[in-house]
Amino acid sequence: MKILVPVKRVIDYNVKVRVKSDNSDVDLANVKMSMNPFCEIAIEEAVRLKEAGVASEVIAVSIGDKACQEQIRTALALGADRGIQIETESAPDALSAAKLLKAVVQEEQPTLIIMGKQSIDSDNNQTGQMLAALLDYPQATFASEVKVEGEKVQVTREIDGGLQTIEVSLPAVITTDLRLNEPRYASLPNIMKAKRKPMAVKTPAELGVEVGNKITLMAVNPPAERKAGIKVASVDELMDKLKNEAKVI
Amino acid sequence: MSDYKHPLKDAEFVLNELVQFDQLCADAGMDDVNSELASVILTEAGKLGSGLLAPLNSTGDLNHPTLVDNGVQQTEGFSEAYREYLEGGWATLTADEAYGGQNLPNVLGTAVNEVWQSANISFALCPLLSQGAIESISHHGSDRLKQDFLTKMVSGEWTGTMNLTESDAGTDLAAVKTKAVRNGDHYLITGQKIFITWGDHQMTDNIVHLVLARLPDAPAGVKGISLFIVPKFLLDENGNPAERNDAYAVSLEHKLGIHGSPTCVMSFGDNGGAVGYVVGEENNGLAYMFTMMNHARQGVGLQGLAVSEGAYQHALQYAKDRIQGSNRDGSRYPIIRFPDVRRMLMQMKSGTEAMRALCLVAAADVDRGNQSRVDLLTPIVKGWVTEFAQELTSLGVQVHGGMGFIEETGAAQFYRDARILTIYEGTTGIQALDLVGRKTLVNGGESLAALLEEIAADVTRFEALGGKFTLAAQQCRTSLENGIAARQWLLDSAADKSAAGSSSVNFMMLFGYLCGGWLMAKSAMQAQAKLDAGEGDSEFLQSKLVTAQFFCEHLMTRTQSCLASVMAGSDSIMALDEEQF
Repeated sequence: MKILVPVKRVIDYNVKVRVKSDNSDVDLANVKMSMNPFCEIAIEEAVRLKEAGVASEVIAVSIGDKACQEQIRTALALGADRGIQIETESAPDALSAAKLLKAVVQEEQPTLIIMGKQSIDSDNNQTGQMLAALLDYPQATFASEVKVEGEKVQVTREIDGGLQTIEVSLPAVITTDLRLNEPRYASLPNIMKAKRKPMAVKTPAELGVEVGNKITLMAVNPPAERKAGIKVASVDELMDKLKNEAKVI
Repeated sequence: MSDYKHPLKDAEFVLNELVQFDQLCADAGMDDVNSELASVILTEAGKLGSGLLAPLNSTGDLNHPTLVDNGVQQTEGFSEAYREYLEGGWATLTADEAYGGQNLPNVLGTAVNEVWQSANISFALCPLLSQGAIESISHHGSDRLKQDFLTKMVSGEWTGTMNLTESDAGTDLAAVKTKAVRNGDHYLITGQKIFITWGDHQMTDNIVHLVLARLPDAPAGVKGISLFIVPKFLLDENGNPAERNDAYAVSLEHKLGIHGSPTCVMSFGDNGGAVGYVVGEENNGLAYMFTMMNHARQGVGLQGLAVSEGAYQHALQYAKDRIQGSNRDGSRYPIIRFPDVRRMLMQMKSGTEAMRALCLVAAADVDRGNQSRVDLLTPIVKGWVTEFAQELTSLGVQVHGGMGFIEETGAAQFYRDARILTIYEGTTGIQALDLVGRKTLVNGGESLAALLEEIAADVTRFEALGGKFTLAAQQCRTSLENGIAARQWLLDSAADKSAAGSSSVNFMMLFGYLCGGWLMAKSAMQAQAKLDAGEGDSEFLQSKLVTAQFFCEHLMTRTQSCLASVMAGSDSIMALDEEQF
């Protein structure tokens, strides 16, 4: 079984996000970038399936400029077998990403696509669903447990108020939730080996996909800073303020 | 504390701009090793350090290892962390490929070691000691010993220890009393060793002790000491640990710091004799110890950097969070805005950067086989960096104010952990004597002259930079002249028996600040060139210009007082009779 794992290069989760002075976007200049944490979980799950003998090959794919090869290398160091970079100048929107991934799926014919449920930069939570729809594959989102059984896969999903277990037939798209697994640390020998693992570069044109961006980013604003509090003289004043100023009671 | 983050950008800067890592690898014929790979390795090591080792740092400080029936029980969590470190293959980084190593450059191993030492120095001492033991065996052990022990030690499956010190034999190893008696194809060892770091634990299924001992017919003094391998468990015919050897930890020391690291009293031969195998030739043990001395001493120097970096990160966070200043309108601000807190943080920031530069440059000289430079820089790395670390970790406490004195803040641990560094692996006094004696007087000051010449060329380039570096460059020039004067004074004073000994520490500290300032000046020039070319991370490079300027203006100037003390000679130091003290 072949597993395809899309991974996204995003701002590192430890970095304090700054907004560009003209509010046009998040300032990414000289900022530490890493693999999206949900994608790390997806890679880990795929590698575990390979170690368990369920999967035979894990392919990591990323979309972006040359820098995203760093994240593909990380995926290779964690145990993926080969990488594909889809070369684009800027980050495409979710639909374009899904179309590009669909083209890769059609070329590679993986049995399973495991991907993060969302990326921590745009937080859209839609690429996996779009990809499944475009492929007309079943989807199992927000997975916290994955069991492959023959031609089917049983997925426990984290939903509001509890867990839901569903069974989907393969091929399928699975998106990962935080509790699916705890990603490993890369080992030194695997980091060394990752250098020699193959990495292909493809363009959207080669994949026959026209990358558009149907979403225009209007402005990015940091959340309002917390203002200093005030002291109230009496409980009555407090009640009054809560009712009439804060309007919370 | 668990919020340690490896300063990747600075490590990359030193590797690329000062060490010329790509060139180093190309010269060594390592085609598939380059700065890109180094960055990936450092990034992944950083994750392991922050995520796994740093959270156990205060655990080890609070929950000391204990001596139980079957030996030393390490702090809870350490065994699992060691397993992860082992399975990650990190122990193999610089070791020989023939024994399962990755054969990566020493300077990269050093940069990675900074991560472990910063994250958890008590834990990291265990692999550090193993590296020393591996080095001794791989240089001097017979093929048989290498075959039996080296592969398992390189992988980290077995750890190594160094058993040198006895209660009457510390600095003076000639006084070693532990006995070794020939007994067929091996020796029987009896005696007691103290201060044995990670002398026992349950993290691995064997421990390989390297033990200095004396044969009955050995010549007196240093020429009669032999080095033995004494495994905790003797090996069966398949090379697996089997019978328990007569080598036991009999007590644990109560210490000022590095509490997570068990410091053992080791007893050999209480039940008839511990089986040992001689490393190399009989009576040559001390010479074998010296071959690993540079590595071990540079390793301890690196610990000085690592603990200072930890203290700095801790203090910085506090300085940003701690609100104590008040504006006129009643709004309040954090203490990082106070100029004196800034001074302390700048000392720590620029100081650790200078330490890192010196540690990695010296480590790269090992790769380049630049032996006379390695010999010269090693006592400076060990002596100066660890002494400077006392000041920086103390400042880390100071930035915290009263809370720094309270253990729960975590600032005090760095200060306590740092205190051992000027003592073990040769005290500051020993390093300084090594620098003035074997590394300077013995060669007529030649290697020091070569270093001063190299510094002089860079100072001239630095002076040409001008602008806001005018004062910094002046201080570099003065410090260089101080170095030249100190060297000349030492050579001229060779006739005075007390001169070298009484001036040596100041002499060494002078060269430490001079080297630190020199490398910071070089850093500034590289940073400026990159900025002019529009390359790199401008924010980082701008801050490098400032830390370099600060170091030259505020810390390198200490060469002046060092020189004054050197040149005052031994008069007042030796004048009092012993009874007058």
